[in-house]
Amino acid sequence: MSRFPRTFFALAGCLVAGIAAAEPLGIGRAALPEEVAAWDIDVRPDGQGLPAGSGTVADGEAIFAERCAACHGDFAEGLDRWPELAGGQDSLNSVNPVKTVGSYWPYGSTVFDYIKRAMPFGDAQSLSDDEVYALTAFLYHMNDLVDADFVLSNENFTSIALPNAGGFIDDPRPDTETLVSTEPCMSDCKSSVEITKRAAVLDVTPSDEENPSASID
Amino acid sequence: MSDKRQGTNSGQRASRRDFLKAGIGLGGAVAAGKAFAAEADPAITEVQDWNRYLGAGTDATPYGMPSEHEAEVVRRNVRWLTASTESSVNFTPLHALDGIITPNGLCFERHHAGVAEVDPAQHRLMINGLVERPLVFTVDDLKRFPRENRIYFLECAANSGMEWRGAQLNGCQFTHGMVHCVQYTGVPLKRILDEAGLKTSAKWIMPEGADAAGMNRSVPLEKALDDCLVAFKMNGEALRPEQGYPLRLVVPGWEGNMWVKWLRRIEVGDMPWHTREETSKYTDLMDDGRSRRFTWVMDAKSVITSPSPQAPMIHKGHNVLTGVAWSGRGMIQKVDITLDGGKNWQPARIDGLSLPRALHRFYYEFTWNGEPLLMQSRAVDSSGYVQPTKDELRAVRGLNSIYHNNGIQTWHVTNSGEVENVEIS
Ligand code: HEC
Repeated sequence: MSRFPRTFFALAGCLVAGIAAAEPLGIGRAALPEEVAAWDIDVRPDGQGLPAGSGTVADGEAIFAERCAACHGDFAEGLDRWPELAGGQDSLNSVNPVKTVGSYWPYGSTVFDYIKRAMPFGDAQSLSDDEVYALTAFLYHMNDLVDADFVLSNENFTSIALPNAGGFIDDPRPDTETLVSTEPCMSDCKSSVEITKRAAVLDVTPSDEENPSASID
Repeated sequence: MSDKRQGTNSGQRASRRDFLKAGIGLGGAVAAGKAFAAEADPAITEVQDWNRYLGAGTDATPYGMPSEHEAEVVRRNVRWLTASTESSVNFTPLHALDGIITPNGLCFERHHAGVAEVDPAQHRLMINGLVERPLVFTVDDLKRFPRENRIYFLECAANSGMEWRGAQLNGCQFTHGMVHCVQYTGVPLKRILDEAGLKTSAKWIMPEGADAAGMNRSVPLEKALDDCLVAFKMNGEALRPEQGYPLRLVVPGWEGNMWVKWLRRIEVGDMPWHTREETSKYTDLMDDGRSRRFTWVMDAKSVITSPSPQAPMIHKGHNVLTGVAWSGRGMIQKVDITLDGGKNWQPARIDGLSLPRALHRFYYEFTWNGEPLLMQSRAVDSSGYVQPTKDELRAVRGLNSIYHNNGIQTWHVTNSGEVENVEIS
């Protein structure tokens, strides 16, 4: 099996051209421009999909306090087990990596796209575009990426690079020994065996009592 | 740990003669062969209620349910894992299942904003972006396309993620239960994209869900045109709400998060979107602080489902060990079993259908003499890939990777027959 992701990019063009397209069956109807506009809210790293608008860090702070802080904390530090959105810088190669917008996310467009479509949790798609710009600006500020007087807009959006933008590599799997290089051993594969870790030591397995409402279906 | 821990196995095709030989060889220590009853069995000598009185008539349960005696066979969650059940996961009770098809009501759930209760009459599928004709389909429209039936496993990239640093949970439901396998009925995605007409610059698609997470992922067009389906049925009936009713994208062999549920839109583009689920989540953090992204394929994996911590060994003598194996790269070519912690291996017997990117069911018959065992299964797929040990994975990927843990699972069977999740040298 080839390493798909690497060869894929080279092959994509010719394969797409190489597979014959089926004749349309005349099923479905044309999507109206206003219908596409209503659903097409996604944003890409190159800025495609950004709506016109802007927001300040200060506005973002106020909206965040009202609509986000109950879960994510006043400073986006994350309350209880709700996700932290700020901090964690320089932690990725440690034993306790903290993945946040500032420490881990490669692109700011993802912050805009995600907040716009999915937050606040339980009241999604209720924020205006300007509010999403303001919240994104506030999260940048909480991650020490912009000053307190910063204004984020569709004009300057792609000029802000997130610190971990270069931190991602494509999939190199298979990354362990495969049959191609070695037949798996069948007999006398090792001389001694010791138990090195046991689940019972931690014992975090849920018990039946914890699950009284479990029901079929 | 000595060699004595190994049970006597009777190989791939256990015959009755092998079994008797093994029994005799082990002598009086094992209750092999027939047991003797001191008293007559009341299950036989007494007339049971169900043998005497009329049972429920037809229509008592218009939608049939399992026997009340199977009430333990349910999906279960791990509460400490997440802050809310709306963004959480529960697990398939693999230890209690057999064959390769997962019953619809037992397929694990993973939602990011709860189960969207979609009215199919109000549901639309939109195709937009780099297409000649942006289109809108109703669910009924999609049923006018030629459709296909295919059996595939679906595994969450985080399956076994809690085990990445070490053995944590006692039960294959919890260690491996983020996988299921059903038959999908649906329309090849290529057929639907052709209906809209792909522009030559098209290279990626972005499926999007109608749930409150607006789930979105980037899928390379080559995969979309190769074997993806827009499914509306699972195991013959409508998709369950928790599995994406009325429409779900099927992305065979690739991580479950990409199989967008409640599918309402597919945008065609010329580069990936880098959505939250392919940047913040589902990326594999290496020791050096860099992360692998677009780690789509689910590599070959297997697990012994019984015996396992929730399905202890009860009988000495002849026993059936069973489990499942799967690979996102194709079919499972073979599964080997060890009972002595990896010193010696024997091939298991794969029974039933062997289909690409579907669960495979394996069996291994052996005789247990009551001594402790260290059981493992090791899958090899049709691409030649051998399921690695957990330590092999950690050696390459470090301790923070979490996702795509397909390492070999070890069950320690104690002399009382209890089974414990362990790791071994
Ligand atoms: C009721 C609690 C709650 C509120 C209020 C809330 N969130 Fe969230 N947020 C969550 C949960 C839960 C997730 C993770 C969802 C998942 O698992 O997919 C999340 C995830 C996020 C993430 C992605 C985190 C990551 O590391 O991937 C961002 C960014 C975010 N929220 C921003 C916001 C903003 C901005 C607001 C206010 C407009 C907000 N949230 C309000 C609960 C909340």
